[in-house]
Formats: sequence, C-alpha cells, structure tokens
Amino acid sequence: MQELTPYVKRITLDEGMPSLVGNTPLLPLVTLSDRTRGKTQVFAKAEWFNPSGSVKDRPAWSIIQHALHQGLILPGMHLLDSTSGNMGIAYATFGAALGIPITLALPANASPERLKILEALGAELVLTDPLEGSDGALRIAQGLAADHPEKYYYANQYDNPENWKAHYRSTGPELIEQTQGKITHFVVGMGTTGTLTGVARYLSEHKADVEIIGVQPDSPFNGLEGLKHIPTAIQPGIYDPDAADRIIEIRTEDAYDMVRCLARQEGYFIGISSGAAAVAARQVASEIDSGVIVTVFPDAGFKYLSDEQLWKRP
Amino acid sequence: MPQLKIPTPLRPYASGESTLTLEGETVAEILEAMVDLHPQLRKHLFSETGQLRPFVNLFLGEENINQLEGLQTPLEEGDTLLIIPSIAGG
Repeated sequence: MQELTPYVKRITLDEGMPSLVGNTPLLPLVTLSDRTRGKTQVFAKAEWFNPSGSVKDRPAWSIIQHALHQGLILPGMHLLDSTSGNMGIAYATFGAALGIPITLALPANASPERLKILEALGAELVLTDPLEGSDGALRIAQGLAADHPEKYYYANQYDNPENWKAHYRSTGPELIEQTQGKITHFVVGMGTTGTLTGVARYLSEHKADVEIIGVQPDSPFNGLEGLKHIPTAIQPGIYDPDAADRIIEIRTEDAYDMVRCLARQEGYFIGISSGAAAVAARQVASEIDSGVIVTVFPDAGFKYLSDEQLWKRP
Repeated sequence: MPQLKIPTPLRPYASGESTLTLEGETVAEILEAMVDLHPQLRKHLFSETGQLRPFVNLFLGEENINQLEGLQTPLEEGDTLLIIPSIAGG
C-alpha cells in the first residue's frame, strides 16, 4: 500500500472505488451477430460498469495516479482539464474521494444531466462558448493553465500519455482474456483516441492479426457526442494515425437508430457514441464470413435522456 | 434583420463566416435564406426529405426553439438565432 498523504485524504491508491475501475463485462450483441450460422459473433465492453459510469474512469484514474506519484498535484492545487462531460465526471468522482479540487472547462451546452452530475460531485465548472464546442473548451483550459500554473495541474487528457497507457494496461489485456484470445476485429470510437491508441499498441504486441477499426462521425457537424471528426478538429497529441487499420465514418441518424434498436430489442440502454460503435461493428460483421468482433460501449443512456429527438423517433 | 450564429464546424461551408445577417420572419425562413446563400450547408442541417436533422439544436437567445414554436418561431429585428453543435470527444 502506497502512502501519498497529505494529498490523499480518505483512501489509498489500491482500495475503495478506484479498485473497481476496469474489468467491465463483455456483452454479446445478438442482433448484430450471425444468428443463422453462428460464425460471426459481436461483443461490446459495457463501460458504464465503471464506478463513475463511463470508460473515462480508466484514463482519469491513470492520469490522477501518475500525477500523484510524480508530485504534480500539490496541496491546494486543482486538477484542471477540458471535457465533453464523461472525463469530467470521472475526475470529479475520484477527486472527491481523494480530496483533490477539480476544475473543468466544458461547453455551456453540455447536457443538463452532465451539468447536474458535475454539480452534485462538487466540481468547479468553467462554461465555454457553445459555438466553439470542445475545441473552444480546450483553448480555455490551456489559457487557464498558462495563466495560473501555481493553481492548476493541467491534466490535458488529449495529450497525456497516461490516457492511452490506461487502455494499454487494462482494456487491451481484458479483450484477449475475455475472448480467450479469439478476437479478430476491434471496433472503437475516436474521441481523445486514448482507447484506440492504447488497445492498438497492446494488440500489436500480443495479437497482431487483430484488425483495428476506428469510428468517427461522417461530418464535422454531427450529433455523435463524445466522438471527434479527426480531420477537422484539434488533433489530440496522443492520436496515432497508424493505430487503426481503417476508419469507418458514421452518420448520426444511423447511430440514433441503433441506440433505440439495442434498447428495445436487447435491453441495452446505451449512449450515442455506443450506438455509433455498434453501427460500425454491424458493418464489419456484414463484410466477413466469420470472426469475433469486439467494440466498446463508452457509457449508458442515462446522460442522454433529455435529448428528446433521440428517444421519440420510431 | 435577425442574425444567425454559425458554429465552428459549419463555418467552412459558409465561406468562413461566423455570423450571417439574413432576411426572414420565422426560424424556417431564415434557415432557408441561409442555405440559399450557402448551399453547402443544406446537407449538414437538413435530411434528404427536407426535415431538420434530429441533432440540430437551434436557440433563440437562451431558449431552444423546440420550447417555443419550433421552426415557425417568429423572429424580430435584433434577434439572434444560434446553431449549437454537439460536444465532441473527451
């Protein structure tokens, strides 16, 4: 057990809630699998089983742990980052447990659910221009960090190697273990690209024949919250253009349809980026004769309930 | 005339403009004027059948037009209509 007092208020780094990060269930997606011949199986990692409810617990915990070990977060300092929501919720969850104040720059049009969760967890919010989106929030966080280096530890999830390393250390090995080494295709949404980069690097060393497929919106203007249109957004520093063997672009309406389909036909109540990942996984399944396709469902549908257009469509 | 604020991801399809001043008495009319001026914007905002795509959020000041009269919401001189993008990754 590692001592990190006085920065760690209530828990040590190997007990309590953070010990529950990762080892998420692997769910079979029956409607996307080949039910007649049984030669192609599709699975998804149910990342909402992480303590704060999303895949972001993996990089958030890795970034915080690393910063504490390196002595980068001194008493009284805040952890600062920009976020579209889930990373902020993960930071705020662990920050509350550890006694680290959290300051987040996020666009003012973040869903009411996200804003209320962050408020409940006690995070300090800097709401940024909705017209500028995530890139605008990123620039505001960069400015705050540059202006007040004594106040903020700038976690910078887009450039922090601990983001992808979290997936190299946890998600990658879990995919091999849970499929008993049978995984043939990995389909993953691209936001910060931490999951893509970390898993791709792990698989290249341990099962290099797995095809890696990245998923992004088909347009810079889209409704796939959490995903980035890489060619037109500020490119994350951790993005490795060689990580994906190919990229599938998804139309927002198709992801919306998939979200409702999986909720109503399989009981999987997933978020929008999960729907996009499932659409891409379905496309891959349609292209192959046999295989084991695994994708990642970053979060559940709870934080999208206020999106009336998503749920009311037939 | 009302103003229309264009979000960053759509500006490449609007000759780089961030604000357009357009003629129109309703939200629908100002959107039509917008795509007449910048036809490349149409496919990003409207479906093939001419419906507003489901993720397009339009705000008149602080209020979503869905809470007002939707596309038929009247606009007055000095009103500002905002097209709000979804929030990308992270």
